[in-house]
Amino acid sequence: MTKIVVVTSGKGGVGKTTTSAALATGLALRGFKTTVIDFDVGLRNLDLIMGCERRVVYDLVNVINGDANIKQALIKDKKVDNLFILPASQTRDKDALTQEGVEGVFNALRNDMQMDYIICDSPAGIEKGALMAAYFADEAVVVTNPEVSSVRDSDRMIGILASKTRHAEQGEGDIPARLLLTRYSPERVEKGEMLSVEDVQEILAIELLGVVPESQAVLNASNAGSPVILDIDSDAGQAYSDAVARFLGDNIPHRFTTVNKKGLLGRLFGG
Amino acid sequence: MSIFSYLLPKKQSTASVAKERLQIIVARERSTRGGPDYLPQLQEELLQVVRKYVPVDQDAVNIQLDRESGCEILELNITLPEG
Ligand SMILES: Nc1ncnc2c1ncn2[C@@H]1O[C@H](COP(=O)(O)OP(=O)(O)OP(=O)(O)O)[C@@H](O)[C@H]1O
Ligand SMILES: [Mg+2]
Repeated sequence: MTKIVVVTSGKGGVGKTTTSAALATGLALRGFKTTVIDFDVGLRNLDLIMGCERRVVYDLVNVINGDANIKQALIKDKKVDNLFILPASQTRDKDALTQEGVEGVFNALRNDMQMDYIICDSPAGIEKGALMAAYFADEAVVVTNPEVSSVRDSDRMIGILASKTRHAEQGEGDIPARLLLTRYSPERVEKGEMLSVEDVQEILAIELLGVVPESQAVLNASNAGSPVILDIDSDAGQAYSDAVARFLGDNIPHRFTTVNKKGLLGRLFGG
Repeated sequence: MSIFSYLLPKKQSTASVAKERLQIIVARERSTRGGPDYLPQLQEELLQVVRKYVPVDQDAVNIQLDRESGCEILELNITLPEG
C-alpha cells in the first residue's frame, strides 16, 4: 500500500520544504521506498535542499503533460537508497497542475514504481497548488511555527484538510493530520516571549508529531544540500529522526522542548 | 530569569497575549468553516448592494453562520458610517 503524505502549513517560510526533505530521507533510511514531490510550481526549491539541483532534467509538469514518463523524471538520491525526488517545474503556469494529471503521477508512483511513501511538499497559501498537494493525501503533517500568524494559518489549513481531500469528499472522514512545531526556542518560551508547545497544541487540537528547535544546523544543511536529518549530531537532525519514528508509530518522549537546566547560581544571576 | 525580575511588578507575558488573541480569532474563523461555498460571494454582492445607497468600508458587511440544534442561522451585520 502506497501512502501519500502532504506536508503543509498555509503560511509560507515555516519549514515545509525542510521538513519534507527530512521526512522523506528518514523514511528511506528505514528502508521504505520513498518519493518526495515538490508541488511549488514556479518556485522549485526542494532540489536545492536535497542537493540534486544539477541533475534535474524533467519535472512534475513534464510528467503530467506526457513529455516524460515517471522513470525518466525521478531523480535517484545519491546518498540514501530508496529515495527519489520529483522536482517542480519552473513554469509559472499553475494551471499545469490538473487533478487528473496529479492522480496519474500518483498512480504511476504506486503501480509502476511501487513506492511505499509519497511525500508532497506543499507550496504556501491555500490556493490551487496547496489544494492539489493535499487533495489525494492519506495523511498530513502540518508544519507550524510558534507565532500567531502561523498558528492561525495552520488552523485554516486543518479546516481545509477536513473538507477538501478526496477521502473527505468520498465521505471517508478526515485524514489524520499531525502537528510538527518547528523553529522552537525553549529559552524564549521560558521567558514568556514565545507560545509554548502546550499553547499551540491546545489551540490547534491535533496530535503532536514533534518539536524541532530553532537550529543553525538547518542553514548548514541547506547550504550543503544535504537534508538536516542526515546531520545526526545536530539537535534539529535528532528531532526530525524522532518525528519520523513517531510518524511510523513509535511512542517516544519529546526532546528539545525545555531549557537545559542551569545550576543555582545560573538561575539567580543568569539572563 | 534573574533574581531581580521577581521584584518587578508582574506584567502579562507577550506569549499569553498571543495565546488569548489566537483563541478568539480561531474560534471566530471556525464558526464559518464548513459553511456553504457561496458565503464569500454573498458577502461581496451584499456589500455592492449596500454601497449603492451608503458609502461603507470593505469590511462593513459581516456574515456569520451559526448552527444551533439542527437549524442554521445566517447572521448578517452591516456597519453603517456614523452621522
Ligand atoms: N528548525 C529551524 N531552525 C532554523 N531555521 C529553520 C528551521 N526550519 C526552517 N528554517 C529556515 O526557514 C527558512 C524557510 O524554510 P523552508 O524553505 O523549509 O520553509 P517553507 O515552508 O518550505 O517555505 P515556502 O512556504 O516558501 O515553501 C529557511 O531559510 C530554513 O533554513
Ligand atoms: Mg517550500
